Amino acid sequence: MNVPAELKYTKSHEWAKLEADGTVTVGITDHAQEALGDIVFLELPEIGRQLNAGQECAVVESVKAASDIYAPIAGEVVARNDAAVDAPESVNQDAYAAWLFKLKPANAADLGGLLDAAAYEKVAAES
Amino acid sequence: MIQRTPLYDTHVAAGAKIVDFAGWQMPINYGSQIEEHHAVRRDAGMFDVSHMLAIDLAGCESKDFLRRLLANDVAKLTTPGKALYSCMLKDDGGVIDDLIVYYFSDAKYRIVVNAGTAEKDLAWMRLVAANFAVSLTPRRDLAMIAIQGPNARERFWTAFPVARAQTVLLGVFQAAEWDGWLIARTGYTGEDGFEIAVPAAEAATVWRKLVDAGVKPCGLGARDTLRLEAGMNLYGQDMDETQNPLESGLAWTVDFKDASREFVGKKALAELRERSALRTFLGLLLLDKGVLRAHQKVVTAQGDGETTSGSFSPTLNQSIALARLPAGVKPGDEVQVAIRDKLLKAKVVKPVFARNGQSQL
Repeated sequence: MNVPAELKYTKSHEWAKLEADGTVTVGITDHAQEALGDIVFLELPEIGRQLNAGQECAVVESVKAASDIYAPIAGEVVARNDAAVDAPESVNQDAYAAWLFKLKPANAADLGGLLDAAAYEKVAAES
Repeated sequence: MIQRTPLYDTHVAAGAKIVDFAGWQMPINYGSQIEEHHAVRRDAGMFDVSHMLAIDLAGCESKDFLRRLLANDVAKLTTPGKALYSCMLKDDGGVIDDLIVYYFSDAKYRIVVNAGTAEKDLAWMRLVAANFAVSLTPRRDLAMIAIQGPNARERFWTAFPVARAQTVLLGVFQAAEWDGWLIARTGYTGEDGFEIAVPAAEAATVWRKLVDAGVKPCGLGARDTLRLEAGMNLYGQDMDETQNPLESGLAWTVDFKDASREFVGKKALAELRERSALRTFLGLLLLDKGVLRAHQKVVTAQGDGETTSGSFSPTLNQSIALARLPAGVKPGDEVQVAIRDKLLKAKVVKPVFARNGQSQL
């Protein structure tokens, strides 16, 4: 299982990365893309949208099923990956390169409440 | 109880992703469902369909029994090996299952039914069979493999050259017995090919020889998108005991021609046909971006309908669905489908999207 040590994770299989500019990049984990199978459609949040932690904000659809994506922490959407919208299969190819959106966190310390790689590996192994 | 087919270990060894399907541990894909889908449309792929159940019928009243049991009329089967698709109905016209029946003689037939309904089907068949001189023998000792695609038959003959003579002249929906196997030119993908039934003990060897001949193992995921593109119904999704064949796109399989034939469900369907407002069963092509799924609301000028199957079509690179729609909705109409909080535009089409390697739209 590919679970990079430097990222933070949620139980709902999103990854979050604190960037040098203070924004947080969000995507789905390798385990999640594997479980979904061939991804064919992404619906991403509009820039400027304010999200609460745990709020439904995007949808990843594979041939098999639709899966809701939740905001790992509260914040404002400041970017979305339209290149991934145009090529949804890029999420299957590299789930950590094909990010979905970036947040300006309401409180960067909230990241501390997310899972680390070791804790997420346990969650993924059980799901 | 979780069941496994004779090919389970073969699938696991090949890296298949296994899921529970109707109580069976089956491969959903071996990597990419879309690649498997394309392999069948463009070349040759194969599916383990051993979870389906073959039931052999014997007895001098086999034909009379089937003419009572099935909505389609087996009297039209007169050539040994000829196959027929039919629904098996309840008295109220609801669909118990859809199946294929193979004819060998008036006293010998084989029926192949769906996995999830197999026990229920057998119980129903035995009930109806009580009045007929017929025996029913479930054949869990068989494995079944569907080899499908434009090159499927050639690849099969590469693997089993001695079977060529017996099967090269088989027409569509015809089968031949060969060396304890049944080889049928049938399928569930909209492509040419064979479905073969072989003794369970031979299954792994047969599968390996087909792999060596260039046939790509495919999972149930690709099987579903292939049958959806071909406009073929899936039992439990497009129709079930609460729906009748006339409103499920299956009127062509209900044979009323012989007025003296009293098949189960006939009276209910005849009454239904008198009604003017039968719902129609058609295809949808999504014009906006997104993916159609089963059980989404379809808003039409004639009222609301519902999708019964929906997915992404790898051949069309667009989302498609089958839908039960109000009477009067026609191919060419534009409708809206409720997906989450949005209404997306879709076009009504005849329910055949892709067959024989290409779009049918």
